[in-house]
Amino acid sequence: MFTAQQYVKAATLQEAYELNQKRNNAIVGGGCWMKMNRRRYQTLIDLSGLGLDKIEKTPEEFVLGAMVTLRQLETSLELKEAFGNGFYEITRHIVGVQFRNCATLGGSLVSRFGFSDILTFLMALDCQVELAHAGLVSLEEYAKMPYDNDVLAKVHIAVNGRRAAYESLRQSATDIPVLTCAASVLNGTLRVVVGARPMRAVALEFSFPETDEALAEICRQVEETVQFGSNLRGSKEYRCRMAGVLCRRAVCSLKEGTSC
Amino acid sequence: MLITVTINGKKYTDEIAPDMVLLDYLRQKGCYSVKRGCETSNCGLCTVHLDGKPILSCSYLAARADGHSVTTLEGLQEEAAEFGAFLADQGGEQCGFCSPGFIMNVLAMVRELKDPTEAEIQEYLSGNLCRCTGYQSQLRAVKNYLAHKQEVQS
Repeated sequence: MFTAQQYVKAATLQEAYELNQKRNNAIVGGGCWMKMNRRRYQTLIDLSGLGLDKIEKTPEEFVLGAMVTLRQLETSLELKEAFGNGFYEITRHIVGVQFRNCATLGGSLVSRFGFSDILTFLMALDCQVELAHAGLVSLEEYAKMPYDNDVLAKVHIAVNGRRAAYESLRQSATDIPVLTCAASVLNGTLRVVVGARPMRAVALEFSFPETDEALAEICRQVEETVQFGSNLRGSKEYRCRMAGVLCRRAVCSLKEGTSC
Repeated sequence: MLITVTINGKKYTDEIAPDMVLLDYLRQKGCYSVKRGCETSNCGLCTVHLDGKPILSCSYLAARADGHSVTTLEGLQEEAAEFGAFLADQGGEQCGFCSPGFIMNVLAMVRELKDPTEAEIQEYLSGNLCRCTGYQSQLRAVKNYLAHKQEVQS
């Protein structure tokens, strides 16, 4: 468990940003992962007074605050209406209801965990993060950026008719995934995102396959193009082979209209 | 830092350390049902309700509970005893170590889900680990308890 000398509930985003510039200070999201480290912080910065715990919808987009919990994503009827079961599928395996009532969307994305179900699925949607200093950045770009001292305030997801499907492979229920794969389609373009490689998720784009042969070719390209690695949960070779399988399943559910 | 928290209906104002987790604060206030199990946010033993929602008090900073209402097993004794009897009937309470967190989560589920299916029950309670029962006796106890609640209501 970490230690801290001070706790500040930020009154403005600017205050949170300024406090976060000091190396010994840190923003607390849900705190579930952070508590596992033993760092000695000077100041903990709490964003919970900034109204960032809301899921808002306009005709063009969803705006999700960084302090929205994973449980809110899981149970939101508005997100379900727009994206089917996608948000339920990416959250329901994560530890348990109590954990998901604590862990936040912002905490998950800022950490850019390699194993993140959230990052994989959101990268398949048309998604931008709103940072206090850098402004709007596409999630795909954000996923490649190194950690810095900016503050993630909101997540914007375009509502444009994109359909998405999600698949994950786990050794047991509620465990961290061995591999994740999301696929989405808009205007004939297929986006495939592979995560838990075990490195951070990456995205690829293809023309949407109309035939079985074209789909097989896409799965082969995913296996060949994406870089995989080994860890305790699975070998590089296993992940590579399974990436093709999960990609096929995700694209098939898009085709059959049973997508998330 | 100064916080004001309502615990089981009673308001407390205290000076706390900025890095104190809610679990330690609640134990300081005499709520000894709240226990530390895994210390990795995984086992569910430390479950309490924050404004009615189940959370992990081992991972939640006490400072963030400022201005909120917390309920522990001590505040739900009647309901806990009622469900506990169903648990005991099925042999679902063996070493008993996980029971406080498990019961708190069952009571949260009863409030949140209407007529849950077996899969929904399992999913809601998947964050509560038990190393004695294999979960089948607990599942029977939950189903019997839900059936009893429905019977009483009708």
